[in-house]
Amino acid sequence: MNKWKSLIHSTRFLLVKSLYFQVMNKWKSLIHSTGFTNAASSLLAILVGLLFGFVIMLFSNPKEAVEGLGIILAGGFGGGAKGLGQTLYYAIPLIMTGLSVGFAFKTGLFNIGAPGQFTVGAFAAIFIGIKWTFLPAPWHWIAALIGSAVAGGLWGLIPGLFKAYLNVNEVISSIMMNYIGLYAVNFAMKAPAFKSAPALFDTTMNLSSNVAASSVIPQGFFEDIFPGSIVNYGILIAIAVAILMYVVLNKTTFGYELKACGYNRDASRYAGISEKRNIVLSMVISGALAGLGGGLVYLSGANGRRYKVVDVLLNDGFNGISVALLGLNNPIGIIFTGIFIAYITMGGEYLQKLDFVVEIISIITAAIIYFSAFALIFRKIVKRITGAKDVLQIAETDAPKPDAKEDKE
Amino acid sequence: MDIVYFLVQQMMIFSIPLLIVALGGLFSERSGVVNIALEGIMIIGGFASILFVNYMQSRHIMDGQLLFLCAVLVAAIAGGLFALLHAYAAINMNADQTISGTALNMFAPAFAVYAARMIQENHVQQITFNNTFRIAEVPILSKIPVIGDMFFKQAFITTYLGIAILIAAVIVLYKTRFGLRLRACGEHPQAADSVGINVYRMRYAGVVISGMLAGIGGLVFVVPTSTNFNASVAGYGFLGIAVLIFGQWKPGRILFAALFFGLMKTISSSYSGIPILLDLGINSYIYKMIPYIATLIVLAFTSRNSQAPRASGQPYDKGGR
Repeated sequence: MNKWKSLIHSTRFLLVKSLYFQVMNKWKSLIHSTGFTNAASSLLAILVGLLFGFVIMLFSNPKEAVEGLGIILAGGFGGGAKGLGQTLYYAIPLIMTGLSVGFAFKTGLFNIGAPGQFTVGAFAAIFIGIKWTFLPAPWHWIAALIGSAVAGGLWGLIPGLFKAYLNVNEVISSIMMNYIGLYAVNFAMKAPAFKSAPALFDTTMNLSSNVAASSVIPQGFFEDIFPGSIVNYGILIAIAVAILMYVVLNKTTFGYELKACGYNRDASRYAGISEKRNIVLSMVISGALAGLGGGLVYLSGANGRRYKVVDVLLNDGFNGISVALLGLNNPIGIIFTGIFIAYITMGGEYLQKLDFVVEIISIITAAIIYFSAFALIFRKIVKRITGAKDVLQIAETDAPKPDAKEDKE
Repeated sequence: MDIVYFLVQQMMIFSIPLLIVALGGLFSERSGVVNIALEGIMIIGGFASILFVNYMQSRHIMDGQLLFLCAVLVAAIAGGLFALLHAYAAINMNADQTISGTALNMFAPAFAVYAARMIQENHVQQITFNNTFRIAEVPILSKIPVIGDMFFKQAFITTYLGIAILIAAVIVLYKTRFGLRLRACGEHPQAADSVGINVYRMRYAGVVISGMLAGIGGLVFVVPTSTNFNASVAGYGFLGIAVLIFGQWKPGRILFAALFFGLMKTISSSYSGIPILLDLGINSYIYKMIPYIATLIVLAFTSRNSQAPRASGQPYDKGGR
C-alpha cells in the first residue's frame, strides 16, 4: 500500500518535474540562442552609447543634461502622435539603405555606393512622379517606385560588373559611382530639356518641384493614427521588403548561394555556384534597395522631402552603413535599428528647445555603433548574465530523457 | 605656358591631400588593419589644427609658416590620438574594422560641429582663419626655368610636405627593419609572430601613423582652398581610400594615382579658365563627372591583379593558422 502510494507520488512528481524542465529548457534555449544574445549585446551597446552621450551632455551643459537625456529617450513620443508618425517617415530611408548595405555585407560585398544609388532612385521617382501624369493614381506611384528601384539597381550593376569581370574593388567603383550619380542627377534636374511644364525643378525654391498628387504614396489609415504627420504606406512597403529579404537570404537556394559566395568565393565556385553572376546580382539587388528607398522618401506629397541641388552626397546612404551594422546585417534587425535611430533623431529635434547642439544625436549614434563593434566581448557578458553554460547542461541531464531529446530536435 | 603653370599649381592643391591621406591608409592596411575611418580622422585633424590656428591668430601669438608647421604637428597628434580608438577596437577587441571605422566617421563631423559651437564665443560651427600661408615665391629655386614656375611660385608649403612624407614613407616601409616587420604583419601575422614580432604593437604603430597622416591630410585639404573649417573634408577621406586601392597599396603608384585624380579634378574645376575647353560649351556638371568616370575607366584596365595585403581586415588570432 505504502509502496503503491509512493509510486503514484513519484510518477506525478516526475511529470511535474518533466514539465518544469521542458519550460525551463525552452526559456533557456531562447535566451541562449544567438539571436537573443545578439539582440542583448546590441541593447548593451545602446545603453553604453547613451551613457557616453549623457557624459558629454553633462560636460557641456550640466544644468539641462538630465532633462535633455529625458527628451532624447522620449524620442518620437515628444511630439505625440505626429512625432511617432514622423519617426516612421524618417525610418523609411534608414531601413532601405540599411537593407541595401546589409544585403551586400551578407554576400561579402561592401556597398558604399548607397548614397549614389539612393540619389538616382530618388531622381527616377521624382521624374516619373512629375512627368508621367498620364498614369492614373495607383499605377502612377507604383511605376515611380519601380523606376526608382530600376535606377538604383542600374547604379549597383556597374560596380557589380566591374567587380565580377574586371576585378575592380567594389568599394572604389562604388565611391566613383556616388559622385557620378550625384552630378548626373544635379545636371538632369536643371537640364533645359526638362524645363517645359510640368517643370522638374522649382527655381524659386531651389528644390525639385512637387510630384503629381497621383504619384504620392497614399497615407491611408496612417492619416487617422498619426494626424499631422506625412508618414504613408511607404513604411509598410519598407518593412515588407525587409521581410522579403529575410526570406530570400535565409529560406531560398538563391540566398544560400549568395551567402556562400560571401563566405568563400573559391569554395562556392568549386561547388558549382557561378560566383560572377552572384556578385552582379547581389550588387543589383543591393542598389535596387537603396534606389527604392530614394523613391519611397521623395513620393510623399507637398510636406515631404524635396530634392535639393547641392554638390554634396546625401547622408542617407552613409547612415545605411550604421543601420546595417547595428542590425547585424539581419533584415529583421535592420527594421528595428532603422526605427530606433529615427526615434532618437526625432528626440534630437525636440532637444533644440534646450541649449544643446543637435549633433549630440550623431555623437550618441556613433558611440552606439562603436560599442557594437565590441560585440564579442558584450556577447560574453550577456552569456555570463543569462547563466553559465554548465547550468544548462545540468538541467538537461536532470530532465527526463525523452523530453531532453525532443528539445534537442 | 601660364595656363600650364596654373594647372600644375591647382593640381597640387587637389593631389597633395589625397596623397598624404592615401599614404596614411597605406600604413594601416600594410599592418593588417583596414582604416575606413580616414574621413573622420581627417575631420578631427582639420578641426584641432584649424582651432589652434584660429586661437594663435586671434591672439597674435604666432603667424606665417611657423604657425603652419605647428598646426601640422597639432593635426598629426589629434589624428593619431583619434586613430587610437580605431586601433583599440580593431586590435584589442577583435572588432569588425568596418564597424569601428564607420563609427569614427560618424562621430568626427558631429563632434567637430558640437565642439565648435560649444567652444567658440559666437556659437557658430565654422572656425575661421586668415590664410597667410601662401608662399609667393621661394627664393633661388623659383628662378629655375619651368620647374620654378610650376612648383616654387604661388605654392603652399604643403606641396613640399607631401613630397617629404612620400619619400619618408618609401624609406620607412622598404628600407627599415620596422617597415619590413609592419608589412609582414599585414601579409601573414602568424609567421611574423613566430619570429618574435609583436603583431599587436606593429598594428598599433600602423594605425597611429595612418591617423597622424590623415590628420595632417585634413589640415592640408582645408588650408589652400578655404578660409574656414566647416566640419567637412568633402569626402576626401573616401577618395583617399580610392587612391590607395587605385595605387595598388604601393607608394609610387599611389603618387601616380593621386596626381592623375588631381589632374582630372583640376580640369573639371578650372575648365572655365581654359579657352579651348570653355568653347566646347559643355555643362559644368559633365566636367564635374570627368574625374570619377576617368578613374573608373583606368581602373577597368589596371585591376587585373589586386595587390591588397593578405591579412588586411582580419583580426589577429594567435591560435589561427
